Amino acid sequence: MARLFMKGTEAVAEAAVRAGCRFFAGYPITPQNEVPEYLSRRMPEVGGVFIQGESEVASISMVYGAASAGTRSMTSSSSPGIALKSEGISYCASALIPMVYSNFARGGPGVGSIQPAQQDYFQATKASGNGGFQMMVFAPSSVQEAVDLTYEAFDLADRDRNPVCILADGVIATMMESVEFPPMKSNVEIDAIKESKREWALVGHDFEKEKRAWIEPGHWQTKDMQKANEDAAAMYLEWEKDIRVEEYGLEDAEIVLTSYGISARVVKSAVSILRAEGIKAGYIRPITVNPFPYGAYDHINYDKCKAVLNVEMSIPAQFGVDVKVGVKDRCPIEHCLCSGGNIISRNAVLDAAKKIMKG
Amino acid sequence: MQKIYTRTKTIQQDKVSGFCPGCMHSTIIKLIGEVLEELDVVDRTACVLGIGCCGLQMDYMAYDNSTAPHGRACATATGVKRSNPESLVFTYQGDGDLASIGLAETMSAANRGENISVIFVNNGIYGMTGGQMAPTTLIGMKASTAPKGRIADEHGYPMHMCEILNQLTAPVYLERTSCNNPANTMKTKNAIKKAFRNQLDGKGFSMVEIVTSCPTNWGLDALASLEYIEEKMLPEFPLGVIRDR
Repeated sequence: MARLFMKGTEAVAEAAVRAGCRFFAGYPITPQNEVPEYLSRRMPEVGGVFIQGESEVASISMVYGAASAGTRSMTSSSSPGIALKSEGISYCASALIPMVYSNFARGGPGVGSIQPAQQDYFQATKASGNGGFQMMVFAPSSVQEAVDLTYEAFDLADRDRNPVCILADGVIATMMESVEFPPMKSNVEIDAIKESKREWALVGHDFEKEKRAWIEPGHWQTKDMQKANEDAAAMYLEWEKDIRVEEYGLEDAEIVLTSYGISARVVKSAVSILRAEGIKAGYIRPITVNPFPYGAYDHINYDKCKAVLNVEMSIPAQFGVDVKVGVKDRCPIEHCLCSGGNIISRNAVLDAAKKIMKG
Repeated sequence: MQKIYTRTKTIQQDKVSGFCPGCMHSTIIKLIGEVLEELDVVDRTACVLGIGCCGLQMDYMAYDNSTAPHGRACATATGVKRSNPESLVFTYQGDGDLASIGLAETMSAANRGENISVIFVNNGIYGMTGGQMAPTTLIGMKASTAPKGRIADEHGYPMHMCEILNQLTAPVYLERTSCNNPANTMKTKNAIKKAFRNQLDGKGFSMVEIVTSCPTNWGLDALASLEYIEEKMLPEFPLGVIRDR
């Protein structure tokens, strides 16, 4: 199909529809209000359901219900709203309910600021709710990538029967870019997806012939709860094969910049300038921030690399903590950070890189 | 010998109830099961359970069920029902779940006129956590977090959920019943059936509030609990149809 010029929020919403999402519940919060607004128009066109919930906690609970009934379902919010949704996200993880949510992150903590930030990294990758569960977390750095990852996220959520998080930010949300959409799933395909969940979903079962569906977000017996934790942990290990990362120029790099999401976009531009100026710079951009591509940092040529420069829109650094695990003290790590709704500037990144090279 | 009574098939035959002696949850669950069988909808039913003693039935009910986050049963049921309109979807919630932490979800689902049925079990106290004060605790009634009893000036007054929901335009059916004697128990069964029929007829939101006891946390035996319902609970929570459209 023809390329379209679209805002990130609306493009993500359309990608979800094309992936077969037929239930969305959400609550207004800046900077992602166009997701519910778009879907309030779009869902009825495709026979789907849109509900503006009375709160974030209610919205995620509606998604929990709809997804428990076998329908591909989604919610969306921004940082403080995601904190509220963490209750339902944890329930989905515990009860093995597949669903997708997007976080168009803004400054924090608290009500924070409405401008873009990357201050929800730990929340997304380490503790999105109580109980130590994990999710696959995708960090798009363009509207097109947000579309592609959202579309695929539904397949991965269904594969694992686990929530999948799209960790974007206020820039991806509000920026307009040219995008090409994946194909629209047909009603036949969508029905088949729902049918494939029949055994466990709340679609009604004849208890004299088959087992009831029992959506269990917990277990009375501690041995059963531990078994569920062990099964989840085994699944998380299998995500190693799903790791996605973009690497550039690591073989000869004297300085390696690392970043994710929108700040990686700035980093890529800075690296090409540094190369043009004769500084051998490379970069590592995790696309999955959970599972984290720690192994990518083994590809750095530590005989040549003077330092790794972590660039993120969070003070203190959060992504940088995972970078440290990957680098394993093989070279110094410096940080170029901003926070609170400020967008990382290319000049700040260039200055930080040049300072390291001079030092 | 002629068999004139059997246990409802909606309760797994090899399982036993985990409820305390004198608790009315097992009675209400049996009534619901009988109604589902009589309406012939067991194989298209989904129950959304609240958190608390109301969830203890999950082990032995024989039909589809899930457990919502505490207070969110009406929101979760909204998702299930909108996703599968052909299902019969009902919530089963206690007073802490429905009227305290879940007040927003209850009010909002009722206000949207969601085509679901709500079974609200009101015994005026938190059961599973050990007798803490609930929104429906009577004035003067002792609770583990109100050791001197509920004091109006400090804790406010018991909340009357049927009357509160009756302020909304959308709900179609609101009735308060009890299970404190056989006649009221039969009325409760009829009310549950009506709430389910309303949903099957596509009429919209129905709630049956059932005034019950908690012998364990009230510190009374089963019989004294029945007397307490009659003498204390029912004057505060009068039985009857509040709305039927």
